[in-house]
Amino acid sequence: MSQNSFSLGIMNTRQQSKLIYSWYGKPMSSDRKLRTSQYKGIVITSESSRTETCIQLGDFILVEGVNADRPYVAQLLDLYEDGAQHKRAVVQWFCHIGEIPQNKRKLLKREISPQEVFFDQVLGYDTDIDAQTIIKSIMVIPLHPEEELPITLNKEQTFYVKQSWDGKCFKALSPDTFSKLKAKKKKGSTPDSSEPFIPSDILTPLKKETESVVRSATKPKNAESKHSVSKSSLAKERQSQRAANDIKTPTARKKLELSSPTRSKGRLLGSEVLDLLDDDRDAIAPLESAATKRKVTFTSDILGSPPKIPCSSDKSKSVSDTAEPCQRFSDTIRLSPYPKAKDFSEKAKNLHMEDDIIFLVGHQKPGTQSPVLTPRSRRTCAQRTSALIAQHISVLNQEDDLSSSDSSYSSSSEEEEEEEDVPCTPEKKTKSSRIFSTPKSSSKSSVHTPAKTPKKTPLPGTPKTPRNATPEIPRRSHAAQKPASVLEEARLRLHVSAVPESLPCREEEFQDIYNFVESKLIDGTGGCMYISGVPGTGKTATVHEVIRCLQQAAENDELPPFQLVEINGMKLTDPHQAYVQILELLTGQKVTATHAAVLLAKLFNTPGPKRKTTVLIVDELDLLWTRKQNVMYNLFDWPTQKHSKLIILAIANTMDLPERIMMNRVASRLGLTRMAFQPYTYKQLQHIISSRLKDVKAFEEDAIQLVSRKVAALSGDARRCLDICRRATEICEFAEPKRSPEIVGMAHVTEAIDEMFSSPYINAIRNASLHEQIFLKAILAEFRRAGVEEATVQQVYHQHMALCRIEGMQRPTVSEMMAICSRLGASRLLLLEASNKYLHMRVRLNLSQDDVMYALREE
Amino acid sequence: MKSAMSKRKLKDTCGASAECISQVQKILRERFCHRPSATGKLFGIEFQYRHLLELLKRTTLHGESNSALIVGPRGSGKTTLLNHVLKDLREMKQVRGNLLEVHLNGLLQTSDKVALKEITRQLQLENVVGDKVFGSFAETLAFLLEALRKGDRTSSCPVLFVLDEFDLFVHHKNQTLLYNLFDISQSAQTPVTIIGLTCRQDILELLEKRVKSRFSHRQIYLMNSFDFKQYVKIFKEQLSLPAEFPDEPFAQKWNDNIQHLSEDKIVQDVLQNLFHHTKDLRSLYFLLMLAVSAVTVHHPLLTAADLQEASRQHGTDSKANIVHGLSVLEICLIIAMKHLNDVYDGEPFNFQMVYNEFQKFIQRKAHSMYNFEKPVVMKAFEHLLQLELVKPLERPSARAQREYLLMRLLLDNTQIMDALQVYPNCPTDVKQWAASSLSWL
Repeated sequence: MSQNSFSLGIMNTRQQSKLIYSWYGKPMSSDRKLRTSQYKGIVITSESSRTETCIQLGDFILVEGVNADRPYVAQLLDLYEDGAQHKRAVVQWFCHIGEIPQNKRKLLKREISPQEVFFDQVLGYDTDIDAQTIIKSIMVIPLHPEEELPITLNKEQTFYVKQSWDGKCFKALSPDTFSKLKAKKKKGSTPDSSEPFIPSDILTPLKKETESVVRSATKPKNAESKHSVSKSSLAKERQSQRAANDIKTPTARKKLELSSPTRSKGRLLGSEVLDLLDDDRDAIAPLESAATKRKVTFTSDILGSPPKIPCSSDKSKSVSDTAEPCQRFSDTIRLSPYPKAKDFSEKAKNLHMEDDIIFLVGHQKPGTQSPVLTPRSRRTCAQRTSALIAQHISVLNQEDDLSSSDSSYSSSSEEEEEEEDVPCTPEKKTKSSRIFSTPKSSSKSSVHTPAKTPKKTPLPGTPKTPRNATPEIPRRSHAAQKPASVLEEARLRLHVSAVPESLPCREEEFQDIYNFVESKLIDGTGGCMYISGVPGTGKTATVHEVIRCLQQAAENDELPPFQLVEINGMKLTDPHQAYVQILELLTGQKVTATHAAVLLAKLFNTPGPKRKTTVLIVDELDLLWTRKQNVMYNLFDWPTQKHSKLIILAIANTMDLPERIMMNRVASRLGLTRMAFQPYTYKQLQHIISSRLKDVKAFEEDAIQLVSRKVAALSGDARRCLDICRRATEICEFAEPKRSPEIVGMAHVTEAIDEMFSSPYINAIRNASLHEQIFLKAILAEFRRAGVEEATVQQVYHQHMALCRIEGMQRPTVSEMMAICSRLGASRLLLLEASNKYLHMRVRLNLSQDDVMYALREE
Repeated sequence: MKSAMSKRKLKDTCGASAECISQVQKILRERFCHRPSATGKLFGIEFQYRHLLELLKRTTLHGESNSALIVGPRGSGKTTLLNHVLKDLREMKQVRGNLLEVHLNGLLQTSDKVALKEITRQLQLENVVGDKVFGSFAETLAFLLEALRKGDRTSSCPVLFVLDEFDLFVHHKNQTLLYNLFDISQSAQTPVTIIGLTCRQDILELLEKRVKSRFSHRQIYLMNSFDFKQYVKIFKEQLSLPAEFPDEPFAQKWNDNIQHLSEDKIVQDVLQNLFHHTKDLRSLYFLLMLAVSAVTVHHPLLTAADLQEASRQHGTDSKANIVHGLSVLEICLIIAMKHLNDVYDGEPFNFQMVYNEFQKFIQRKAHSMYNFEKPVVMKAFEHLLQLELVKPLERPSARAQREYLLMRLLLDNTQIMDALQVYPNCPTDVKQWAASSLSWL
């Protein structure tokens, strides 16, 4: 977690300040033929902070990845400049647990800390990267498999490697690799730049200051005096701080998150103080210890004057007399620069002896248990449980502050979604401390604090926050019945939702799409394909089938692995939501549409190493149309980018969509790879039905043919065909004279077809009341008289009365006439104007005059 | 003879208590008012009933997804049918607790956003807190789709979506809701059944082609296809008191009376007339409601006269009724307008023309009429305007003079003549003027 946020901080600072990459020293060797020259190091200079870092061959580095929160870990093997003067680097990859497929993770049979990486032996990945994607150098320490992960304090910069991963299984590191890495580690630990562990290249001015705070804060108690003021001012300040600071660099405050029990030292970085206080507030709020809270406040302008950075040193004093001191202790067990780690833990031990208060310093002291120690929830946890907190908080008088700060929480980035939630309720304190004290959970942890954030389900009776709601439909109480008869079995197979083993009659299209995607996958390039066809011709089904086969092939290592993203224009509320969905499916981030567009553009337009090919299926493409067409433009522009490795399969139901609605620049990017799905012919439909039914003998052969011919003549829609057959089985089931082998015959099918396709108008007219029929006759008479297919009610009324006179019936009043008229209008036999025109309302027929005459004549 | 008979009945039943009568009123009024309840009986739609019941049974028992439309004119019993089926379904043992129902109405859920929130609320999904649904439109949609996608045929609880006033959902943007519902019903996700109720016969033409393709094309038509005999039977059954009525002798007497009524010629005429106008059962109930209101302690049994009177009230022309209450001057203006309509063949007119016409009549023909001042006539004319017997062609603007605004008469000649027939104390010369179309010129 902390690592994620840390690196996000880096990304942001990178975006803000321009970095210059230059070679370190002279070229070691050069290849004339290839016109490459190799170097032993690269210097990264940051323009804004005027710092430079040197990274040498063999150093471990972080490399920009797909997900900005999670840079890749790699070892630098080679640096060279190619013929085009691009700075290139060759690396050995390490992979995070997150990069390993979910189903393979179980092979490890142990908990993996985010700090652990695996020596990556997967082939397939490009080890030749652009040198400009290097972020900074870090430490990677090899460990023997049985070794526990040491607790380090510099979590963002130190990784451990125990095993290697070759795409199929995990292996222990070979002694050779191990020693190589080991050697490298030693070398790497003698840093070559002036800043030992905090690489200067990533420091914004803010970081600079915080850094100096670190140094100055090592002098004990130098900031102790800077506290005062009440909680409310704290909250306000925090908020204004956020407003000023966080939007631009949302993770700056998360960046320096280290762990160390440093109660008395009060070594807090400016931005971290905020963090702590946030946490503090979350923890304390339910505890009604307002008094203590007041002590833990700070003033002072963090950005302005580094030496005055407030520390929570007050805590050390208040600790012993507060009711729940544990909360803040665990707060403080958080950060300290790496080099000091050792003596901190020692100091902590001392403290542990002296005071009555025990700190848990990771699992180095697994036996240490503290009755007063509560693991801290991260601020992100607080955000998830803000509803819970808000409830408990009502006892305090600080609702305003809290709710306002809560809202700012929820607006913060959401990449911490996977965190377990930790409701900060008074009664959970004991429980969580229990969980904390178990050695297992503490060894599991390591992301932010040595303590494991305890998992806890929300208290019963409290409303669940929708944020972490799982979308799920309740399960049924009785088991679904199995099909009992042949007809039921047939019905099940004929349902459109039933997925057949293969798609008959689309072999050619299947092969074309498969070849297209396969070739692009093998080449590692991108491209678009436009697939059109009327509804129900199997476009989406075929594409899904192709993807399934490709996935199968990728699993068997016949093809490079790829990532599948599918969006449907009809399932979006707005075309721009497409960005949001694509990004969420790719990286799991949830952001706004505009932000997602920026992130996706960055993702696809910049070279990314280790990037898998992405296959994007865009269903119902025409729904993504906007006036400026920027969504479509972007979608089709990305595959044309050099590094995107994006394959788009766009599906729509009009053949000439590119010509009809797309601007030239969009249509041009879509390219000319097109495929049209023709409506099924009757033979194909027949084949589809028979292949679905297979050995189930439920239909007469003629019946199937009749359905197929009928549907092929109307639309060629396979869905319609299956629906008719399904309906026919029902009709057969309820047919009066039961035949012993229930089999669907011509009669049943004909009835089903009639039911679905017959025009309802004729029947509606025949079943209308007498006056309604006369009214329709009157309309016909009036049309004939006037020669125009439109009449006012008044004119029709006169005709109506004449007809009544002929028939010898009582004539209706105008009110009754209007009622008849509006009834016919409601069932849309007539088209009417707005009814406030009364007699002057104009009337038109919604079906042809012939149909009306036919319907009326029959009787 | 008729009245003698009813008098005899009246004597017989004078003993009926006030309590008894109020019971009758209560039972019958409830029957006539709460139409879509599942308590009443179904008439002539047994086939449709069986079709729908089987459909829903398959959804609940086998987890089969389906979609269907129930189409029929207003008052044909669409909602009644559905409620009946649902009631019977809920009573089945295998079904209980196996079906989630979501009821939407096109008049209430006017946009997909509202509809989605309502669906999530009724399904009680996890993003519902209390009674509120959190999240934006896009989030709700994604959440709901995700929820429905996760389910499968055999393990998820089937969901029944009832879309009342289905035609209004068609006008939502892109038909997103319908597409998604029908798409779910045609893919291997949570089993759903979508039942749409609509009175529009052209409903299928309104569906977008890909929505239409996903709809299963099952349509259940309700057509009011009964004939007059059945209509009379319905009349009888609806008026009869139930067997569990507390005062049994009275109920017996009442039911006998109803039996007599249904065979009565006058009653049959009344019913026939109504049946010719509309087969909508609601109008029958409305008629019966009026008739039942006439039942009191002193008049405990329904008579044919009651029905006749109710029918008269039911069938009166609302505009002609207004004409009855007009002053003679206003009647004269209307007659003037009628003549203008005749002369100019329905072209619009203005006040000045009407006034001129009226002046001609006063000067040449009238003997009993007083010559009113122009402002007085104007006032009368404006009264007609307010009653909406006259309607301006366009909205009155400040610029145009009121005398010259173009108007149309919203009454038919027959209505005017009918009204004059029954108008009390109408001067003879006015009547003559009205009858003499162009002869007076």
